[in-house]
Amino acid sequence: MSREESREFQGVGVSAGRVIGPVRRMPEPLAAPADGAPLPEGTTAESEAERLGEATAAVAAGLKARAAAATGDAQAVLKATALMAGDRTLLKSAIALVQSGTSAESAIWEAADAVATQLGALGGYMAERATDVLDVRARIVAQLRGVPAPGIPDSDEPFVLAAVDLAPADTATLDPSKVLALVTSEGGPQSHTAIIARSLGLPAVVAAAGTGSLVDGELLFVDGITGQVVQNPGPAERDLALAYTQRQPLPDFDGRGRLADGTAVPLLANVGSGVDAQAAAAAGAEGVGLLRTEFCFLGRDAEPTAEEQVEAYRAVFEAFAGKKVVVRTLDAGADKPLPFLTDTSEPNPALGVRGYRTDATVPGVLARQLAAIAEAAKQTAAEVWVMAPMISTPAEAADFDAMVREAGLSTAGVMVEVPSAAVLAEPILGACDFASIGTNDLTQYTMAADRQLGTLAAFNDPWQPAVLHLVQATVRGAQAAGNKPVGVCGEAAADPALAVVLVGLGVATLSMNKRALPAVARVLGSVDPEKAQRLARLALGASHAAEARSLVRAELPELELFGL
Amino acid sequence: MAERIATIASRVGLHARPAAIFAEAAAEQPVEVTIALENEPADEALDASSILSLMGLGAEYGTKVVLRAEGEGAEQALETLAAVLETDHDAE
Repeated sequence: MSREESREFQGVGVSAGRVIGPVRRMPEPLAAPADGAPLPEGTTAESEAERLGEATAAVAAGLKARAAAATGDAQAVLKATALMAGDRTLLKSAIALVQSGTSAESAIWEAADAVATQLGALGGYMAERATDVLDVRARIVAQLRGVPAPGIPDSDEPFVLAAVDLAPADTATLDPSKVLALVTSEGGPQSHTAIIARSLGLPAVVAAAGTGSLVDGELLFVDGITGQVVQNPGPAERDLALAYTQRQPLPDFDGRGRLADGTAVPLLANVGSGVDAQAAAAAGAEGVGLLRTEFCFLGRDAEPTAEEQVEAYRAVFEAFAGKKVVVRTLDAGADKPLPFLTDTSEPNPALGVRGYRTDATVPGVLARQLAAIAEAAKQTAAEVWVMAPMISTPAEAADFDAMVREAGLSTAGVMVEVPSAAVLAEPILGACDFASIGTNDLTQYTMAADRQLGTLAAFNDPWQPAVLHLVQATVRGAQAAGNKPVGVCGEAAADPALAVVLVGLGVATLSMNKRALPAVARVLGSVDPEKAQRLARLALGASHAAEARSLVRAELPELELFGL
Repeated sequence: MAERIATIASRVGLHARPAAIFAEAAAEQPVEVTIALENEPADEALDASSILSLMGLGAEYGTKVVLRAEGEGAEQALETLAAVLETDHDAE
């Protein structure tokens, strides 16, 4: 056994699991070479052409070797990519540019660009392949520069991926059979890295300062529960990782969330499309607690037509006939800008015109959306509720309630994300039918800490006692307003220990990523209402988030049993 | 100059996977083979071993293409490659 020193890093655990594996760093993004850069000093067209030929051959050979080791679809894709890298026509047109005095990097960049544009013009499937050509191009340029290829590192053995933070585009190419865990030096509990890790069920630690100095190949222990990362782990970490591999498998969710005494706590799913909804129904979800309607708006220059919207909503409602589907109206702004609705020049978009507030600046979009939701509801058997994001006053709640009824829908609610909505829950719930707490934004606004900022990750934790006090205030206000139901649809509901606390605070339903359903169901089923209330009091009384978490976790032996 | 017309049999057209199979087969031939859409002039024909050219051709299911080659073994090479195009690789 190595007697080398080990190094420890403390981050925030955002997705449970304990593993040991070699680390691979996410390379820096590749900067584009200058447009038409001349041959570098000391080179000739011949030497640059030769270098380019060698680089394409090396990239092609590398991809071919990986194809030989892969199987099925992955093999076919790698094989095609290898052929693209070694493509004679591409190389010929790049060399022609080199001979006219362009550097190898700029030549291959431009030649591949022409191919990608041509494929893009063909549309459909071929347009998607244009991305493959650009990926090959980046690999060739990286090879010419002698730097690692951009994107998720290639590796035949599973590894722990270390990065500054991951972008949505990176996570799309993340292969969960190759990546053991994620560690980032930046990012918070609500960052894309955290969300993708939870949806793939990968252990993850974010905001682990200092992990930027890790070197490829170093052995790393990652504890997604405590947020601890240890380079060169010792016997204690090995035991923890081993125990995690020997954890009991979680039973599937049986479709009926309840406490140990049988008290029902419906467990719903957060979904973003018809396909998502079908998968959630198959996983046992008792309904949809949050339908993000942005999916039919994002990436568009203009508002989708009524027909498009009805079709999109209907696809979700059909998966939950006879069950509740809570539709959140368009939540544009801040990190989800829409060209026809939001102003991207705002100095502070998180505190700007977003969510329900866009109805005041661009009236009509919301009313048309409500009409489409009502039409889709009429065509299906789902029990459709609608709620508005970013409500902060009782007047807004009343206005929204009126719009919903005007559209012919019967159940209107609000999201509680702004602290003022929690404080004034009684008059707000007096003006509508229900509330759903969005813990991600409620935490960022309560703690005045940007969700994406790694340095503030410890603030940005839904275990913050102040956030839990606001959850309690919301539930009390809703009770005083005539026992109106309060649910939680933020990431907090997917943390099984926090789910117990939320139920103890009086939250009636929990909505989460479908992957979290079995864990949350199992842990809720292990406590009775009295214990949930007692744990809620423990968390409320804690002086900080980490203390609240550890006090509550210590009382829930099911977590250890299932490695949660 | 040997010529052979073939009809694309892959349901998805000459897309990445069928194109990869064909480009590899073309590269293995002892002669250089070109490919063009039927009715396109011969001097616009593309290198049949270039996957990017094949994909850029935009040949769909049922499209007729012309294969051309010169030299010893040309006829046999075209027969071999036409057979590849006339197989539905997505059915495999």
